[in-house]
Amino acid sequence: MAESAAEDTHRAIEAVYRIERARLIAGLARMTRDVDRAEELAQEALLTALTDWPRTGVPDNPGAWLMAAAKRRAIDGFRRSAMASRKHDELARDMDEADDSVAAIEAAIDDELGDELLGLIFAACHPVIAPEARAALTLRLVGGLTAEEIARAFLSNEPAIAARITRAKKAIASAGVAFEVPRGAELAARRASVLEVVYLIFNEGYAATAGPSLVRPPLCAEAQRLGRILAGLMPEEPEVLGLLALMEIQASRLAARAGPDGRFVPLTEQNRARWDQLLIRRGLKALERVEALGGVDGPYALQAALAACHARARRAEDTDWARIAGLYDRLGRVMPSPVVELNRAVAHSMAFGPEAGLRLVDAIAEEALLRNYAPLPAARGDFLFRAGRLGEAKAAFEAAAALAGNEREREWLQARAASCTV
Amino acid sequence: MRVMVFVKATEDSEKGLPPAADMTEMFEAMGKFNEELVNAGVMVDGDGLKPSSFGKRIAFDGPNRSVIDGPFAETRELVAGYWVWEVKDMDEAVAWAKRCPNPMPGPSELEIRPFYEMEDFGDAVTPEILAHDQMLRDKLAGE
Repeated sequence: MAESAAEDTHRAIEAVYRIERARLIAGLARMTRDVDRAEELAQEALLTALTDWPRTGVPDNPGAWLMAAAKRRAIDGFRRSAMASRKHDELARDMDEADDSVAAIEAAIDDELGDELLGLIFAACHPVIAPEARAALTLRLVGGLTAEEIARAFLSNEPAIAARITRAKKAIASAGVAFEVPRGAELAARRASVLEVVYLIFNEGYAATAGPSLVRPPLCAEAQRLGRILAGLMPEEPEVLGLLALMEIQASRLAARAGPDGRFVPLTEQNRARWDQLLIRRGLKALERVEALGGVDGPYALQAALAACHARARRAEDTDWARIAGLYDRLGRVMPSPVVELNRAVAHSMAFGPEAGLRLVDAIAEEALLRNYAPLPAARGDFLFRAGRLGEAKAAFEAAAALAGNEREREWLQARAASCTV
Repeated sequence: MRVMVFVKATEDSEKGLPPAADMTEMFEAMGKFNEELVNAGVMVDGDGLKPSSFGKRIAFDGPNRSVIDGPFAETRELVAGYWVWEVKDMDEAVAWAKRCPNPMPGPSELEIRPFYEMEDFGDAVTPEILAHDQMLRDKLAGE
């Protein structure tokens, strides 16, 4: 009994620590400018809590308590290394210097701007780090995932992810990245990098690019959590809210995207009763805020508006395809890309007929980026099928199936090819 | 995982809103707590409910449906408000719930209940559920 009570206390303390962990590391990283050291100090603070709290109870402000404990360790360590590295006769002077540094450290800690966490996210998503490593580091530092959990989520292996995280930390250190929210002209570009990382994590969960499973909801949940944190900390930024709206609405369809047998179910065939209305409501509300802030033409806001068109349609045939086609026209202007053009072609085919889609898709067929991109022949196959050109449609679906990386999607495309019998 | 956190009713909450002056402090503390939940990405939804005197119950028994007007007895079993949180596990939900300022003037309770998730069904998706799904699908398709 006593043992299990102690175990319960441990778990309760660890849960409190998990809530505080990201903010703790953020504050410590800002202070030490060393992510590894910050993680170590946070871990040591947890160990102190595990010793003290069962006796004293969880303090009223556990975040401040953990920070103070970590700060003491940091200062002790700093003094020790200052002494170890200096000769005796220099020691007195060094201790004065050390005291100055300690004062600076204390000032930094008392600087309660509340944006430490945001500073950590901006550092983890810094453009000096390769995009995939940014995602891994963000999941590690902000999401609190272990290398093993990240590896499982990305279908990679633990050593590869651990190496990726180490490289990312080194890149931050050698570039002298500050754990602060950038100001002025730098802010917009750096914010775009943060949003890109969060959406990359979401998409890896939502449209698994490889492997047997179509969706990996834990990655979506992590990305949504990050998006919600960002929206809480930057409530006036339309693109932050646009990304959140986009993720909430897309995630509302997670349960409907895969059939009972795990097979892929396209948007128009999904059981809309299984869409998560709570997430849809949250997404639409965030989108309303974007509109109120005048940010409707941002790339994420436009994508969220597109997702909202589907969310608002009770039945697939109620979808306002003309509005969707118009939104894709706008998206193509602010974020020109062959993939957007492809989606634009699909929207135009739904709004104005398969020939309209074929015209647009044939205009981009030679794009290098789309040469091995399964959705292109898949869309073309669909237009041809609807235009009654079954032989050509069959060939297009077969080409798409050969390119599909996800097994479930491939099965679906093969089934469509098989249905094209003249 | 998603959990619903029920704020259980008390005799105070069943009386309706207290005078504004008594509420400012509680509202402030609760507002701060809610802000923390939002900034941690935990808050999904939440709201307060009017006392059960505004509520109705519909009792089912075979083909019969009868409507019972509030207020209802068993005060401690009633719900005065709720949150929906997204957390890693129940331990984290408990840790957050412990941070909540007293939701009521006197002794009161929060109750945390996890939502069913896809994985909970697994292979246990019965033919009945699938049939019901199909029915909904047909209905949505307007057949």
